[in-house]
Amino acid sequence: MAELVKLNIDGRDIEAEKGALLIEVARQNGIEVPAFCYHEDYTLQAACRMCLVEIEKTPKLQVGCTTPVAEGMVVRTDSDIVKKARKGTLEFLLTNHPLDCPVCDKGGECELQDMVFRYGAGESRFVERKHHVDEKQWSPVVYFDAPRCILCYRCVRACNEGMGVGALGVGNRGAVSEIIPNHDDHLECDECGACIDICPVGALTSGSYRYQTRPWEMEHVGTICTHCADGCKTTLGVRNDEIMRGNNRDRSGINDEFLCIKGRYAFDFTKHPERLQSPMLRTANGHEAISWSKALDIIATKFSTVKLAGGKFGVIGSNHTTNEENFFLAKFARQALETKNVDHHRTGDLATLFDALSGKNNALATSADLYNAKAVLVIGADLSQQHPFLAFQARANVRHHNGHIYAVTTGEVREDQQAVASVRVQKGGELAGVESLREKLKAEGDLVVVFGDAVQGDALRKLVAFGDSLGIPVKYVCLVDYSNSRGAFDMGVTPKDGGLSREEMLAAADLDVLWVVGANPLKNTQLVSKKAFVVVQDLFMTETAKQADIVLPAASAYEKSGTVTNVCGEVQKLAQAIKVMGPKTDLEIMGLIAKEMGLNLGIWLPEKVFAEIRKAVHGYDVSPAQLAVGPAATMPLNGRVAALPGAIQSSGDTLFTSGSLTRYSEILNSVMEAPGQLYRGKGQ
Amino acid sequence: MTFSPQLEQRFAKLLTRYPEGRTRSAVIPMLIYAQDEVGAVTRELIDEVAKRCKVTPVQVDEVVGYYSMLHRKPQGKFHVQVCTNISCLLVGGEELYEHAKKKLGVGHKETTADGQFSLEEVECMGACSWAPAVEINYDFHHHVTPEKLDQLIDGLRKAQ
Amino acid sequence: MAKQLYNPPSPLETRVLSKRFGLEGSETLDVYLANDGFKAFLKAKEMTPEAIIEEVKTSALRGRGGAGFPTGLKWSFVPRTSPKPRVLVVNADESEPGCCKDRLLIEYDPHQLIEGILIASLAVDAHVGYVYVRGEYRYLVEKMDRAIEEAYARGYLGDNVAGTGWKFDLHTHSGAGAYECGEETALLDSLEGKRGVPRMKPPFPAVAGAWGMPTLLNNVETFSAIPPIIRDGGAAFAALGTPKNGGTRLMCLSGHVNKPGVYEIPLGFPMMKAINELGGGMRNGKKLKAVVPGGSSCPLLKADECDIPMDYDTLAKVGSMLGAGGMVVLDEDTDMVKFALRIMRFYQHESCGWCIPCREGTTWLRKILQRFSDGHGRREDISLIGELSKNMLGRTFCALGDAAAMPTISIVEKFTEDFEKYLVAKEAVAV
Ligand SMILES: Cc1cc2nc3c(=O)[nH]c(=O)nc-3n(C[C@H](O)[C@H](O)[C@H](O)COP(=O)(O)O)c2cc1C
Ligand code: SF4
Ligand code: SF4
Ligand code: SF4
Ligand code: FES
Ligand code: FES
Repeated sequence: MAELVKLNIDGRDIEAEKGALLIEVARQNGIEVPAFCYHEDYTLQAACRMCLVEIEKTPKLQVGCTTPVAEGMVVRTDSDIVKKARKGTLEFLLTNHPLDCPVCDKGGECELQDMVFRYGAGESRFVERKHHVDEKQWSPVVYFDAPRCILCYRCVRACNEGMGVGALGVGNRGAVSEIIPNHDDHLECDECGACIDICPVGALTSGSYRYQTRPWEMEHVGTICTHCADGCKTTLGVRNDEIMRGNNRDRSGINDEFLCIKGRYAFDFTKHPERLQSPMLRTANGHEAISWSKALDIIATKFSTVKLAGGKFGVIGSNHTTNEENFFLAKFARQALETKNVDHHRTGDLATLFDALSGKNNALATSADLYNAKAVLVIGADLSQQHPFLAFQARANVRHHNGHIYAVTTGEVREDQQAVASVRVQKGGELAGVESLREKLKAEGDLVVVFGDAVQGDALRKLVAFGDSLGIPVKYVCLVDYSNSRGAFDMGVTPKDGGLSREEMLAAADLDVLWVVGANPLKNTQLVSKKAFVVVQDLFMTETAKQADIVLPAASAYEKSGTVTNVCGEVQKLAQAIKVMGPKTDLEIMGLIAKEMGLNLGIWLPEKVFAEIRKAVHGYDVSPAQLAVGPAATMPLNGRVAALPGAIQSSGDTLFTSGSLTRYSEILNSVMEAPGQLYRGKGQ
Repeated sequence: MTFSPQLEQRFAKLLTRYPEGRTRSAVIPMLIYAQDEVGAVTRELIDEVAKRCKVTPVQVDEVVGYYSMLHRKPQGKFHVQVCTNISCLLVGGEELYEHAKKKLGVGHKETTADGQFSLEEVECMGACSWAPAVEINYDFHHHVTPEKLDQLIDGLRKAQ
Repeated sequence: MAKQLYNPPSPLETRVLSKRFGLEGSETLDVYLANDGFKAFLKAKEMTPEAIIEEVKTSALRGRGGAGFPTGLKWSFVPRTSPKPRVLVVNADESEPGCCKDRLLIEYDPHQLIEGILIASLAVDAHVGYVYVRGEYRYLVEKMDRAIEEAYARGYLGDNVAGTGWKFDLHTHSGAGAYECGEETALLDSLEGKRGVPRMKPPFPAVAGAWGMPTLLNNVETFSAIPPIIRDGGAAFAALGTPKNGGTRLMCLSGHVNKPGVYEIPLGFPMMKAINELGGGMRNGKKLKAVVPGGSSCPLLKADECDIPMDYDTLAKVGSMLGAGGMVVLDEDTDMVKFALRIMRFYQHESCGWCIPCREGTTWLRKILQRFSDGHGRREDISLIGELSKNMLGRTFCALGDAAAMPTISIVEKFTEDFEKYLVAKEAVAV
């Protein structure tokens, strides 16, 4: 328990932890101290001088953002001197700030506007000429308008400290100081938009959102990003069923203010012109649009016939549809189609991990554990590329808790910058690399081990044995791709009990039906069976859809509700942001097929299906009330898990790719050629 | 980028001056010494210094913009800096600067067409007790009068 | 054989630090050794660190870089036994308008500075030091480099200083044009290869300075005063000045006097005597109007406020400062509007831009003063200048904001009539 001190702010007696920052203590007690440069996540700057307060027995006003509280301190945040000082600072700030709030993107959400409203700057006494600089485009994502910038350096810190990129700097000096990008006139960076989001004014704006709409014209829907497995919350700004922007400015998700380019901007695929609008039937002349009833009729008839004939089904689920959809699909396959041939593209060896951990409690790390653990060991993965939020957590851990990062990888990774030790290995040599860290790791208080698909099968068992031998608490994260790989596994979309794996289905010459829900297995593979009737549910004409007999247009994650489970096993709720006209959710499609076949698989509403999941799937007994407020950690089966046939391979997506969706996101394509490669070194 | 052996030697020394892993400290001295040889802080020079000091180019860019003696465009062969700050101001610094403008036919931070001279009105250069003062490249001149400035400039011109 | 100095010495001086100035070869080690050089270091080597610091305290030496902080006290803050190595830094950034003394101490007597640094290194157990020299003083970097080289070659720097087994390395470090880098923490950032932006205090450099290591930073003149203090005793040095204001200092006299120059005088030297005798009186027989007592950051004194002894405490009492020894004398013909403008132009140009009040305040004030001096002043500008300066005063991140505000406030308040003259001229034209 930290030492407490008593102090007085604005006449109120307050107890606070010794050394806590005055601004925080005031805020915790409901006393607002205005601030521009202060940001609790990043280093202190004391640059804006907005937070000046009066402290008894101190001759000058003091900055609340860097002053630690001390016993007996008497503070005034509301005296005339303080009020005057704030006004004076605002007056200074406004001397060079353009008065273009009516057209500024930040209008309505601008901290400067708020402050002027609250603390006043009076009539400006400034009659001189302003220093004008033209707006610049630094990347497809980032625009910079220097005159609006108040030089709070939040963007610089967010990029440097938060992202570990260090793409922004400060150029020039004095009154003409200006934020500068890392390549003369453009940025080569993560394009994450963190700098834009953290900017208190409208100096940094996003290419996709600028001049499109105003904050109060939008509805704000908090949902989960559909791209990688980290499960960041993204709050989508929606106007007229169009997503205008994404952010997590209210910091309500597991990801705090973090989002990468995909979470913040790559929602644009939803309105891509090639989006499938109606069911398509393959004919001699290619695919032709047909009605839903016709499509459902054809599918139901075919499924029923094949089932009756004892034919061979292959069912491939998705690592980005919801838990409810995957659960329903697995149930459909096993109960109705009576097939064990169920699988999805598995990108991490969850089965072996769960088996190796059987009998242990508390052995799976949550995303918060990466932030809190004394040490994080990353094996065989480029975390910043593939799991940007987990990487952010580890960086924040170092920043806020002096956590230790270790990296065992085949090539350079951004984690090296902060790692206490980085080991380079040949592919397959990961365990030897880990072994070389044994003594260091043993000395850590606790450890989170994060590993990619390089560690699977036997190697994974050895890794767990290594963890056991350290004598410290160890938790694991098995890295998987896409927004619901973990959910697909948990929902049983796997060839357990002797079913065919994905590869085996595609290779089976006697396959009668291939049913693909939200996956693209034929991207680089040929379907061997010539007779197979192929049904594909997807958003776009993927390689697999092109070979389908019937393609059904599916809704995306932003167009439906349900739950997904992230890489750390945290279940979170999707919220429907927009309605679509042509496509239907995969759950509804499956429900309609079932209905058409005359099956009773239960009501296909997400809430009803989730109620079933709570009962049927180990570790998912999470109440809707709990889900409504945030993520719930699931627990995997605490017993033996049988090995599964088939390959496990990550698709190696990067910050700027998202599987088959990549090509339908204009924003991802527009920036891809810029960085080419992830920006790594932030220097000394 | 290749530099003269003398400059290379200087760099090598600079990089060993600072504590282990603190090569960033060499950025500013390197830039100013290299600028003397290269003539300006070019993009290429920035990248080179970044590489040698193990920092990112933007970290060097930040510095180049900050320090008033670092410049991205070449200056004249002789850079004439006239102080007009208080001590010089009181004893004719401004008049001297006006005279220099006329004499050279260029203004603040401008270079003569032949590239021989550039002019800059500068802040106090530490010669206040011997004002007005002029610094040409790195050479100080004290108690400068317009006539003395003419002589200095003409002398440099002739020496060409 | 004597050497020509920038200005002839005066018999009114008390030459302690500058006693070798003018000797032929004063910058060489031989001349230094022949004139008391390294006696102090050898003496200090026999003393305990505590005793050295005590001696410096006794000398009542106060920092000569501007703030006048007691040097011995500052030395005692450096955690000598910290597991992190200690670093010494010499502030040779000398950029305060009106000041040109550190230049001479390096130019004429670099070994005295080196010896002072070495003694400090004994006091705080440091083994490396950097002389941060402003970029414009390139010839001094070279002179310092030469002196350092000579000291290494002769065993007065390096692994076995003066045969005592003491190890110390010294390097120069060139700046590149920035007044703000004279501020001690901005200097440290600059030394680390960054923009010269000041740091938050605490931690003070003594605890976490260059590269996070405990750092003792002093002005050139402060370090140069150490050898005489140790050699002749702190008490002897203190006795030269007034109580709490020990010793002598180099004063840079400039402006409207007949004999401007850098002169070494004891603390407490009468200001009028400095003008009338040391400076040879006002130029062209003009009347005194004002004095900038210690460099452009110091509030100006009106002629009738100048009959005072020059020490830190007296200057503080009359609302100004002794600063870094730049005494600028202004005669009756001086246009204070132009003078205020020139000062503000300087600070606006040199503001690092880090904090709002200084960055925007100096810019706004510069624009008003420029407009005023161009003949477009408004009556309300006069009070606005004062108010805006006060909105900067005490609210900026570092003292540069204060340095810009203080002289401006003093000028606009003490010489209001100079501003009004501009209005009258304009109003007359308007009629
Ligand atoms: C804006 C500003 C500029 C300064 N410039 C110098 C300078 O050029 N030289 C110097 O020695 N001190 C300068 N100082 C004072 C230093 O911050 C510091 O107090 C001093 O170097 C400490 O050494 P001392 O105790 O020996 O005086 C400056 C301070 C400020 C606020
Ligand atoms: S990586 Fe790019 S987009 Fe993200 S904070 Fe840095 S500069 Fe901004
Ligand atoms: S661009 Fe925005 S975040 Fe960055 S310094 Fe300027 S105001 Fe602050
Ligand atoms: S007062 Fe502020 S802007 Fe001015 S020099 Fe200091 S830190 Fe920089
Ligand atoms: S919030 Fe305290 S100075 Fe900016
Ligand atoms: S004022 Fe010109 S050199 Fe100092």
